[in-house]
Amino acid sequence: MTAANSLSPETVMAQMKANGVTDIVWLPDSETNFLYLLMSSDPDLRLVGVTREGHAMSIAAGLFAGGRKPMILIQNTGMLESGDSIRGWLMGLDVPVVMLVGYRGYTRHGVITDTVAHYTERFLMAFDIPFYLVENDDDADRIAIAFKQAEQTRKPVVVLVGDEFHGFNR
Amino acid sequence: MMNTADLIEAFAKHRGDAIVISGRGGRHWIRQSDTALDIPLGDPAMGGHAGFGLGLALAQPNKRVVLFDSEGDILMSLGQLPTIAEQAPANFYHFVLDNEVYATTGGQPVPGSKIVDYAGIARSSGYPRAMSFSELDEFTAALPGIFAAPGPVFVSCKVYPEVENTPIGQRVRWRKKSAAQVVADLRGALGAG
Repeated sequence: MTAANSLSPETVMAQMKANGVTDIVWLPDSETNFLYLLMSSDPDLRLVGVTREGHAMSIAAGLFAGGRKPMILIQNTGMLESGDSIRGWLMGLDVPVVMLVGYRGYTRHGVITDTVAHYTERFLMAFDIPFYLVENDDDADRIAIAFKQAEQTRKPVVVLVGDEFHGFNR
Repeated sequence: MMNTADLIEAFAKHRGDAIVISGRGGRHWIRQSDTALDIPLGDPAMGGHAGFGLGLALAQPNKRVVLFDSEGDILMSLGQLPTIAEQAPANFYHFVLDNEVYATTGGQPVPGSKIVDYAGIARSSGYPRAMSFSELDEFTAALPGIFAAPGPVFVSCKVYPEVENTPIGQRVRWRKKSAAQVVADLRGALGAG
């Protein structure tokens, strides 16, 4: 793996800033440590850490209701756990939010290394949530597309972060 | 034990310009006030009201945000309490209506209903102020002090259950707007829509 085919945390941060994100509601996963260091050093970005991914949905809804622009950062395992909260607090309240979801178990070869990857896209299709796969810096414009689609539809849109390249780690 | 309607009426005198997320007290609060700053969401997904209140309080630091939560919701999402305490919104007033049962499903007991100290859990989670009331006169007397100091504050209130046994489809619908419309109206009132 080279830097050229990985997803850098700086690229993700640049997308957050370019799209006006004010708050990150998140629970760490194994790929995001360096992104955390970047986010926490930005005085204009508020981090709201949660203890279970489903909590992020109602917090993001409250932030949106009050005029902020939150983004949710979780892993696919927690997204599956969060189904009813996504339905009720995000879809039900017309919250246009981008969820950056670590795609644990995904490999571009199609060889799944964790059962959660088997269910991730099926889950999103069942909930009728649009999603985009981002594996490296060249894919970063899909994050901007996700923000635009969320605003247009007033619904959540997911960006799946391909796990194989471990782009957030160094 | 208190009647929720009495508790809500006592609070109304101290509401000021607060945003009120009426939660489990919604059917009573709508008789007191029904403006864009009154937020009856129904039950989007149980356990999430505290998170919504936190997000709204963080987004609107210059407005008091009052939430009427329930003990069943609290137990579903205990992990939200440390998050609220860590963020420490000084404008967040978190009331919990503890009726010891799941009233909307017929009154089945909430696990631990007679032994859990919700204010104690909040205090241990980091809320700087947490208190409990079971008598209306004591609650009413304490309200000025509750709002005189900054939050987050957690106020656990023992209330009589208002058990519903009518099938959901046959229940009287007291909400006038969808939850999405409530949020849209709030954003409009706040200049964020």
